[in-house]
Amino acid sequence: MAFSLPEFSVALPEIFLLCMACFILIVDVCIAERYRIVTYILVQATLVATFILTLPQFKEYPQPIITFSGNYIVDKMAVLSKLFIYLFSFFAFIYARDYLRTRQIARSEYYLLGLLAVIGMSVMASAFTFLSIYLGLELLSLALYAMVAMHKDSSLAIEAAMKYFVLGSLASGMLLYGISILYGVTGSIQIDTVAKVLQTHENTAAVMALIFVLSGLIFKFGAVPFHMWVPDVYQGASTPTTLFIASAPKVAAFAITVRILVQAMPSLQINWEHILIVISLLSMFFGNVLAIAQTNLKRMLAYSSIAHIGYTLLGIIAGPNSTQGYSAAMFYISTYVLVAAGAFAIIAIMSRGGQEFDQLEDYRGLNARNPWLAFMMLLLLFSMAGVPPTVGFIAKLGLLEALVEAHYVWIAALALIFAIIGAYYYLRVVMLMYFEEPTEEAMKQPIIIPTDILVAVTINGTAALFLGLIPSFFIDLCRISVG
Amino acid sequence: MLTHLPLLTILIWLPMIGAILVICTGDDRNANYARAIAVTVALINFLLCIPLYLGFDPTRYDMQFTVDYLWIPAYQIHYAIGVDGISLLMVMLTNFTGLLVVIAGCHSIKRRVAQYMAAFLVLQGMIVGVFAAMDAILFYVFWEGMLIPMYLSIGIWGGSNRSYASIKFFLFTFLGSILMLVALIYLYNLTGSFLIQNYYGLALDLTTQKWLFFAFLLAFAVKVPMWPVHTWLPDAHTEAPAGGSVVLAALMLKLGVYGFLRFSMPITPLACEQLAWIMIILSLVAIVYIGLIAIMQTDMKKLIAYSSIAHMGFATLGCFMVYDIIRHKHLLQDAYMSLEGAVIQMIAHAFGSGAMFLGVGLLADRFYNHSRLIKDYGGVANTMPIFAAFFMLFAMSNVGLPGTAGFVGEFMVVMSAFQSHFWVAFFAATTLVLSASYTLWMYKRVFFGPVGNQYVAGFKDITWVEKTNFILLAAGVFFLGLYPQPLINVLHVTIGHLLITSIPADLALNTTTKMLGGI
Repeated sequence: MAFSLPEFSVALPEIFLLCMACFILIVDVCIAERYRIVTYILVQATLVATFILTLPQFKEYPQPIITFSGNYIVDKMAVLSKLFIYLFSFFAFIYARDYLRTRQIARSEYYLLGLLAVIGMSVMASAFTFLSIYLGLELLSLALYAMVAMHKDSSLAIEAAMKYFVLGSLASGMLLYGISILYGVTGSIQIDTVAKVLQTHENTAAVMALIFVLSGLIFKFGAVPFHMWVPDVYQGASTPTTLFIASAPKVAAFAITVRILVQAMPSLQINWEHILIVISLLSMFFGNVLAIAQTNLKRMLAYSSIAHIGYTLLGIIAGPNSTQGYSAAMFYISTYVLVAAGAFAIIAIMSRGGQEFDQLEDYRGLNARNPWLAFMMLLLLFSMAGVPPTVGFIAKLGLLEALVEAHYVWIAALALIFAIIGAYYYLRVVMLMYFEEPTEEAMKQPIIIPTDILVAVTINGTAALFLGLIPSFFIDLCRISVG
Repeated sequence: MLTHLPLLTILIWLPMIGAILVICTGDDRNANYARAIAVTVALINFLLCIPLYLGFDPTRYDMQFTVDYLWIPAYQIHYAIGVDGISLLMVMLTNFTGLLVVIAGCHSIKRRVAQYMAAFLVLQGMIVGVFAAMDAILFYVFWEGMLIPMYLSIGIWGGSNRSYASIKFFLFTFLGSILMLVALIYLYNLTGSFLIQNYYGLALDLTTQKWLFFAFLLAFAVKVPMWPVHTWLPDAHTEAPAGGSVVLAALMLKLGVYGFLRFSMPITPLACEQLAWIMIILSLVAIVYIGLIAIMQTDMKKLIAYSSIAHMGFATLGCFMVYDIIRHKHLLQDAYMSLEGAVIQMIAHAFGSGAMFLGVGLLADRFYNHSRLIKDYGGVANTMPIFAAFFMLFAMSNVGLPGTAGFVGEFMVVMSAFQSHFWVAFFAATTLVLSASYTLWMYKRVFFGPVGNQYVAGFKDITWVEKTNFILLAAGVFFLGLYPQPLINVLHVTIGHLLITSIPADLALNTTTKMLGGI
């Protein structure tokens, strides 16, 4: 087989990220303790630069380009996913800066691990063989395990890290096993070759491979029945880490799900459609119902994220039989991630003083203490509940439309009923913030928000409303890339 | 000249902009600025209704003052708004009530004034949006969106049980509306468009129509509210602040009936004709049963809340009796009176109930523990005679005294029901006795007789700000009661068109379409 030089220029974002990560690592070793802020600034600058580098790729490569011996693909979905990943990671690090400063968490290593996670996610978004999917996934996961474990002083965090690591490795193992069976059946690991072979040779082994691969993916997403790690990890990890886990990796996981299910196994569509229907209905049900019983806000948001993953899967279910199912799912997960990041950011802001402020009781009377923060939280929560005119409603509308078009009207009705059950716990938080008065000690502690975090939270919150009023641009973006 | 402005867009968005300005005034130290901005915006909105009314052409049945703009191309959702006869009256009612609520709020709200004014301005803009929307998803966005400011206003400024009442209100209404969303998306898949006009006249088969009818029924029955999904209303009304109760009673209840007129009847005429008997029975249950419940209430606001349900029973009765009338009489003429009576009842009830809620609100404000129980009052007329006189007028309108607004709508509905079905008219007419009993008995216990206790003895009569509201409402009550013809003129052609679209084809075949004024 002739060795052809791969096209390096298409992989510019990843190459740049990797080089900068190495560079920042060395810089960080050399500089003194008081200038740690330099690492943070360099990491953020890297992310911004990578974003700017990736932006032209949207127009430059109208046709998908496959390179690196079929391992790397640049198509519109990859580019859009990467843009979202860089954007959400940028926000996640902004929110982390102040929180980490007040605690004994090694700051510069945190950002570096985050950067490595971003590289992993980037590779996942552009992966076109199962091997590169797995590599990207592992890079992301290992970085995340370390980030969770970095909070050495908190026993909850160590426990969360252990759970995440053990269960995550198990899931990666299942994924790898499924991939190996798939290789055995099809003789290739490249996505399009696998699809071609499966078209002609459909057998039980392929379905078995599908089940293992799907198990691995569902774990990474955090959907029922592999959702057990989500509440514990979300609650135990430090809030910025939770923010990071809840945001960008979901977009990357969505990208690889689409690659594997839609592009690699379209012939097995009946099988994965039925499995996904069960998973998504159970996720929506358990996520919403179990969240009602929670008194800890982070845990509640964890269960709600399980429910929202259920909704996203609805788009993938409707995808094969509708025109815009996949893009509706992409739009849904992106807007959910935006809103969830904002919600965790507000928890991080409140927890600034060194004590974790994640109990629901801590938000009592927030409107009296800081009306703007309460209003932002209101917008974010109503967006998660799917109440117009926020963006959450438009996202749900897209999913429902795809479902009705695919003749799954009963699933649409069920999804909405579970959404109503879900609305209760969001309303409960709004109720605590607005309808109650704060306690005496709470009134004595003013909430101080550094300017950059205030700006970021404002952008996050008002985006929930703004995108709900003017969603066209992003919907069209998602349609072009995934549609 | 003013009619060339995009009046409806201004009526929807000016209150929203006003709300942002009000929020910018900051906290309660600048409350007077907040009040001033809110009253100005509400006043401008109200005055803009005048060119809207003058520019409206009552001889056309199509939508006027239309704006059509592709909002979300991906889902074919348009920002399409327009008014016909029914929506015009509702939009005018909304702006009138909005002004009243803002003026009333100036006096009674002392805490977080800016947020209160902002919430009610946003609410007003959204309700105008619901009435003016011509696109199904735009309708739905405003329909659900208004729950947020209403939820907040009940919960922040409401009574002692406000958390329960506000969540119950939100979840009930949210739950009711979701099937409507599915129905609308289903219709979109059939026709390829979200414009409501495109859903009329689709020859759908009976089963599909029945499913759509039930989906719409759930959403609108919760809003009206109809028995048995009415249980959120007494709680919401009693716990809401006075302004919130007025908006709930005067405007939000009308949305349900408006939904029946705009969606159920024209889109699913066959199902409506076959299932009209359910709606008529439920309306009668509301009128009679809820009327009986109202007599036994000890809380003033709860009593007026139940009376609201009973009055809305007339509106739904008027809507769905048309099928019975046409089946029996084969004349479109009588059906006119039924529908027009329903719409006029909506407006008359808004005036009467709105005024009574305002009155009870200011009574409770004066009492030392803001009690709304009848037994805590007595002989209020001794210390507040002017207020007692105003309240008597509105109580009489509630009862349906000829000469007041409340009479016109009820009379038209009962008369037209009488043409086709004696017993329906009989039971509907029992409202004349029932509403008199609960309203007048409450009035007697609260206002007449010797002064009840030292708190009542210390009441001061109403101030000029409060009098303004009552004078405006009294003008409305008398105008509608003595000379409703202008309203009927505005409605006539629209109702005619609505009737033609709402009657299923087989029924229309042997119906004489000879109408008053001819077409």
